[in-house]
Amino acid sequence: MRTIKYAFKQAFIQVFRNRTMSIASIFSITAMLLILGLFFILAVNVGLATESAKDKFDTVQIYLLDETSQESADEMIESLKSIQGVSSAWYFTKEEAMEEFRVSWGEQAYLLDTLAENPLPNSIKVTLSDLSQADTVISIAQTFPGVEDVPNSQEFIDQILKITDGIQKGAIAIIVFLVIVSVVVVSNTVKLTVLAREREISIMKYVGATNWFIRGPFLTEGMLIGCFSALISVGLVMAAYTKIVEMVGQRALLLLSTSLVPAGFLTTHLFGIFLPLGISIGALGSIISMRRFLDT
Amino acid sequence: MIEFIDVTKKYGENIGLEHANIKINKGDFVFLVGPSGAGKSTFIKLILREIKADSGRILVDDMDVTRMSNRQVPQLRRTCGMVFQDFRLLPRKTVFENVAFAMEIVKFSQRTIRRQVPQILSMMGISSKADKYPNELSAGEQQRVAIARAVINNPKVLIADEPTGNLDPDTAWEIMKLLEMINRRGTTIVMVTHAKDIVDRMNKRVVTIDKGHIVGDVTEGAYMIHENY
Repeated sequence: MRTIKYAFKQAFIQVFRNRTMSIASIFSITAMLLILGLFFILAVNVGLATESAKDKFDTVQIYLLDETSQESADEMIESLKSIQGVSSAWYFTKEEAMEEFRVSWGEQAYLLDTLAENPLPNSIKVTLSDLSQADTVISIAQTFPGVEDVPNSQEFIDQILKITDGIQKGAIAIIVFLVIVSVVVVSNTVKLTVLAREREISIMKYVGATNWFIRGPFLTEGMLIGCFSALISVGLVMAAYTKIVEMVGQRALLLLSTSLVPAGFLTTHLFGIFLPLGISIGALGSIISMRRFLDT
Repeated sequence: MIEFIDVTKKYGENIGLEHANIKINKGDFVFLVGPSGAGKSTFIKLILREIKADSGRILVDDMDVTRMSNRQVPQLRRTCGMVFQDFRLLPRKTVFENVAFAMEIVKFSQRTIRRQVPQILSMMGISSKADKYPNELSAGEQQRVAIARAVINNPKVLIADEPTGNLDPDTAWEIMKLLEMINRRGTTIVMVTHAKDIVDRMNKRVVTIDKGHIVGDVTEGAYMIHENY
């Protein structure tokens, strides 16, 4: 207990007395965590985009011929509802379809006014609870009389999933690489600190200090530096991200038709990741760099 | 207190110490003399288990240094206070902190530390320097701090490696007086030195080492045997 108290006291004193070195270490860990944070945010956002992209395609739309009556459409709806994996099915009129179009066209909707009559067909919309049932639903729907066409979006979904999967795997690979790089960078920075105190360490050994007694303050110092760096980088990443959400958020909504992950949600998660990560990087760095000096 | 039984240590082809036998009793004050490279440093490094002997046995305060595990080394070094020619004070700690450090590693309470450090500083005549850093002190003052640190935990042995090597004659003599006082309080002292005048003036036991062998051991004596040392 007294040793732990001693280690903390010494670590604070050393970080303060050794300001230049401490600031250098904090800078390098912070830089690493910043880059890491950006890739983390990218990965999370791509993940979210993928999820919402999947959500959009959980609907199969069955276009009906104009002469198909409402009654036969109702029969189709009943039989579609009995298929497993279908959560709901309903009749979607051509007027509703036009209204949806107008909404999605927004300010350009006036262009639709030039149309003499509604060219859109009546349709049945089916929502799926299980995406893999899409093919079954489509092939059954195609056998119904009075069906004009069932567009199959499965291929498109597969394509999107493949791309986003690639992006996420790439981001994870880069994150792993960055963690390794930061441990190396930090252990080198701490090694400079230890090297500067090599003589001190040898003196401590002469006076009869145990290895853990010597290591304690350096270890705590590394962890303290890692802790500071984590706090700084969470702050910086969040400030930057909040700005990005503010600036790009609205436009990205139109462009990707998905929203960005809210800043508050990310802060808690980044905090939970960065703090242990920063502290472990600092601790690992000092242990690695001290090993050589504590052989005997 | 310290016993070497047929101890040999070689560095490759070079002899550090060969078939050395010596017994230093509790309360002895021993000068270790000899030319550079004779084996004096090897002798001290062996006592502190900085290096391991190739053969033979070394006993320090009933501890078998030659069969000691790495974990026991800190315990050994707490039994032996060390004083060096270059003082080896922790540069980032004040005088008080330097001395307190030796007590902290043995886990004395802060209360005991605050009580005992000023006592030893006053005994060494450097009470007024407690809050100074080592580089603000004169060489003699720094050596006093080093001695204070070495003796604060009442070690059984004090090993001094040319403690007066960087000091002018008057300051050197003051340091010798301090060491003699510490010796009178019961601490065994082994001092490596080249200072002929000091050895002659102190009139203590003198052990001479040359080319890895103990070539002289007189109980009250002079810096002698080979005139050209």
